[in-house]
Parts: sequence; structure tokens; C-alpha cells
Amino acid sequence: MTAWLTMWDATARLGGRRVLDGADLRVERGELVALVGPNGAGKSSLIRALAGLLPLDTGVARLAGDDVNDLSPRERSARAVYLPQERRIAWNLPAMEVAALGAPFLSGADALAAARKALDEVEVGGLADRGVAEMSGGERARVLLARALAAPSQALLVDEPIAGLDPEAQLMVLERLRARAGAGQAVLASLHDLPLAARFAHRVAVLDHGRVVADAAPLAALTPDILQRVFGLSARWVDGPDGPLLSAVRARPQGS
Amino acid sequence: MTGGREGRLSLILVVPIGLATLAAVLFGETIFSAAQLRQGFMDPSSGPAEVLWAVRAPRAVTALMVGAALGLSGAVMQGLLRNPLADPGVLGVSALAALGAAAAIVLGWAAWPGAVEIAALAGAGLAGGVLVMFSARVRSPEALILFGVAVSSFAGAATALIFNLSPSPIATAEVMNWLLGSVQNRSWVDVAWVTPAVLIAAGLAAFAAPGLRMLSLGEETARTSGLPIARLRLVALLATAVAAGAAVAVAGVIGFVGLAAPHLVRAAVRGDPARLLLPSALAGGLMLVAADLLARLTPTDQELKLGVFTALVGAPLFALIAWRAAREWRL
Repeated sequence: MTAWLTMWDATARLGGRRVLDGADLRVERGELVALVGPNGAGKSSLIRALAGLLPLDTGVARLAGDDVNDLSPRERSARAVYLPQERRIAWNLPAMEVAALGAPFLSGADALAAARKALDEVEVGGLADRGVAEMSGGERARVLLARALAAPSQALLVDEPIAGLDPEAQLMVLERLRARAGAGQAVLASLHDLPLAARFAHRVAVLDHGRVVADAAPLAALTPDILQRVFGLSARWVDGPDGPLLSAVRARPQGS
Repeated sequence: MTGGREGRLSLILVVPIGLATLAAVLFGETIFSAAQLRQGFMDPSSGPAEVLWAVRAPRAVTALMVGAALGLSGAVMQGLLRNPLADPGVLGVSALAALGAAAAIVLGWAAWPGAVEIAALAGAGLAGGVLVMFSARVRSPEALILFGVAVSSFAGAATALIFNLSPSPIATAEVMNWLLGSVQNRSWVDVAWVTPAVLIAAGLAAFAAPGLRMLSLGEETARTSGLPIARLRLVALLATAVAAGAAVAVAGVIGFVGLAAPHLVRAAVRGDPARLLLPSALAGGLMLVAADLLARLTPTDQELKLGVFTALVGAPLFALIAWRAAREWRL
């Protein structure tokens, strides 16, 4: 039985720069995997490759056992839905209709019902009729997440879903993603907040220079050595009342 | 969905279109008395009937069709490129169509019926084909706009070159006439071939509409949405080339309508680029019928050219709309 999302020995370039360099990753259904790494480590590239948006030079990205590039657009969308970091919406559509775009193959009424449910799930049901241009950035981010949640898909590929959200909304979104994994979806989310990744993810995959250098249960992956080597942090985990906390300083505060 | 909104809006637009078309038939340079108008409606062989049904009516319907084609073309392009400033003018479709017409006129093909029109359609088709090829290789909408600007500039320069090398001042004047845009002296023959072109473009646009709506969320989301975005994009480009090509072929270059018509109805459909198509076509038709009527009724020695009129009235209005909408575009 292969994992739902599989990436094996993936190499890719973006404008001549090597963004993936032998990356391996597997995500099963029922688990939330946090993809972490410094800026430019290749998190977005890895997610885009799994979504079929970034062609690989070598290696393969599979959705449910099939190469993502061999799947029709419709099959691909049924196996994984992608939420990009980019949050621009071209027109001032109402939130409800943006969320309904997650389910383009449902009838109008069913798509709107799915949209309504997804907006409620990320607690912006009250904004259903508001135009997205009249929203704050955080509200718009939640509407776009609702679009991904409205999709009848087996996996979620979400790129920085909590960037720019207030602390309460960050916790809410991670709770929902964890619940989606609990309901049987495979969830891969790139995150910058290491304590939140440690608290909510089943597993953490650490990406460095296009390669997965650690992939294990959160605290087993984010060891002091990895935090030092990959993130440039001199850090240790402290037990907090609601989960592990990271006590960190820059390893080379003067710059190297 | 809220499908009633665009339906209601379209019904609301049909009323002023009917009134404007009726006014365009009733009023003109020659002022008829009530008795003459009655004669025009009752006796098909009378003089007033000739003016009403063989001169004014086909002219008004041509304006309606050309306006609808431009409104549709602009709406499709704006949705396709997620850019409220896109229109057939921006992407060089109109410019290449005009170049085709100018070349045909200077080469003396104007003597053959339909030759100038076919040359214009060929120009638009060429522009559409080039844009399709370009967009199949380069996916960024910004790059497509820049490419369109390049096509536009090149076609403009080539048209200027034709002026430059034109053997006769008469041909030059004829080209100039074309470039200014007009529906003067259009007959039912023009209506008969521009109408199917507009309907074909509308059918293609309706087919591509779900793709246009999905593209609101950006290129990458659309490509992973499950819809066959690459195919829908080609169909949309084809729709816009057919509509813009037909418009230029029958009436020359008429700017501003393709840009402005979508703006006038966008808020009423709450931004949805799919539901925008029909109301935008109707708004474009209404604008051009009304503009042509006003251009005819404006007392000047030389009749105002429609393209000049739409630009003079439309450009400041457009600037105003753009100013108001600017906040919304910058997300």
C-alpha cells in the first residue's frame, strides 16, 4: 500500500536555480504533515510539484500511486486540492461564490451548500455575502481556505495557510486541518511557526536546500542539531502547559 | 447560484436597447413629420420607408451588433487576463485587423466586395492565432499583455508605413476613414454576416465562462481546480478574436466600448466574469446605438465619426470609472 502523496528523489529547477534536490516525502491519509524550513528551502516548490504545477527534472510526484502528470485535471483535483500562498482575487466576488469554486463539478445549489459549510468551518460564515475586496487580508485568506475545504478531495496541499492570520485564527485553522486529517484526508501544510507545527502536526518534514533532511514526529525531527544547522537557531524545547515551546536565539547573532 | 441577477440585468438592458434602436430609426439628419413617419411604416415603397428601413435601420442594427461584439470581446479578455484594462485594443487584435484593412485598401482590393472586410477578419484571426500560440507557451497574463502591446505597436507602425508609402491620397483618406471607425452606409448585407459572427463568438464565450470564473482565483488555483483550463483559455481567446475581428471588419476601429462596457455592468453581477458576458455585450450594443444616434444628431458640417465620438465622450468617462474602481483592483 503506497502513501497517498508520494515524492521520490525529486529534482526541479526554477529559473536556473535548483529548488528541489532529491526530495523524498510520503503523506498518508489521516495524517497532518507540517513542511518546515527556512525561506528558499523549497517548501512551496515541493507542494507545487505535488500539485502538478512544477515539472520535475528527475524523480516523481505521485497522487494515490499515479504520477501527477499522467492524471487528467479532474482526476488530479479529486486526489488533491492546492491552496497557493498567493491570495490575490481578481474581482470583488462574494465570499460564498469564491468558496463555491472549490466544487466546480457540483450543481449550483450543492456547490453553494458545500461553500456555506466550509465558510462556517473556518468561522467566516457571517461574511458569506461580502465581497472579497472589502475584506481584510486575514478574512480573505480564510475565504480562500474555505474554497480548498469545499473541494471534495482526498488530500489538502496548503502553502502557508496561517501566514498573516491573527493568533486565534492560526490556532483555529490548524485545529481544522488536524480535524480534516482525523476525518481521513492527507494534509500537507507548509508552516513557519515551529511551535505550532510541533503542537498540531503528526509529523514534521524539515526541508533544507531542496532536500528533506529530517522527517519524524515533531520533536524527533526538530532536534537542537537540526534547529542549529538548518534554521541557524540556538534553541531547545521547553514543556509548556499547552504543548512544547521553543526557546531560541540566533546561533550567529553578528551574522557569519 | 444567483443566476437571476444577470438575467434581470439583461432584461433591464433590453428595454433601453429597444428604445435607442427605435429612436435611431425615427430620428436622423432628415426630420420627418408624423405623417411621413406613418407613411414610412405603412407604405414600404414610399420615400420615408426607404430612409427608415434601408438606411437607418440596418445602420442601427449594425451599431448594435458591433457594440455587442466589442462589449463581449472586452468582457472575455478582462476575465481571461484578470485585468480590468484589457480589451481588443490592448492586445493588438483591433490594430492587426485595421492593418489588414489598410493593406487591402491601399492594394486596391476595395473594388471587390467583401475584400476589405475579409482582410480585417484575417488580421484579427492572425492576432488571435499569435496570441493563442504565445499563451500556450507563456502562461503569465502580464506577459500576454506586454506581448499584446508589442503586437499593437507593431501593427500601428506598419499601418503608418502604409500611409507613408501609399500611392494615392484617395487611398490614404479611405484608410483614415477606416481607422476612425463608422457604421455609416451599412446595409442589411453587413448585418447578415456580422450577426452570425457575433453569435458564434457568444457561444464560444459561454462555453469558456466557467474557466473565466475560476481564473479569478489566479493561474495556479485554476490549473489545479479540475477544469480543463488550457482548453477553456483557447476557446475564450478564439471568442474574443472572432468578436473583435467582426467588429473591426464591419465598422473599423472603435475604441473604448470594449473597455467600458464590462465596467458599467460589473458591480451589478458582483464581479463574476462569467455572468458579466451577456450584460456586457448588451451594454456595448446599447452604448454604440446611442453613440451613433448622438453622432448623427450632432449638427456638424461633416458627420462625426463614430470612433472619434466614442473616444471623445468615452475616454473621460472611462477615466472616471477607472478612478473609482482603482481601489477595488488593487488587492
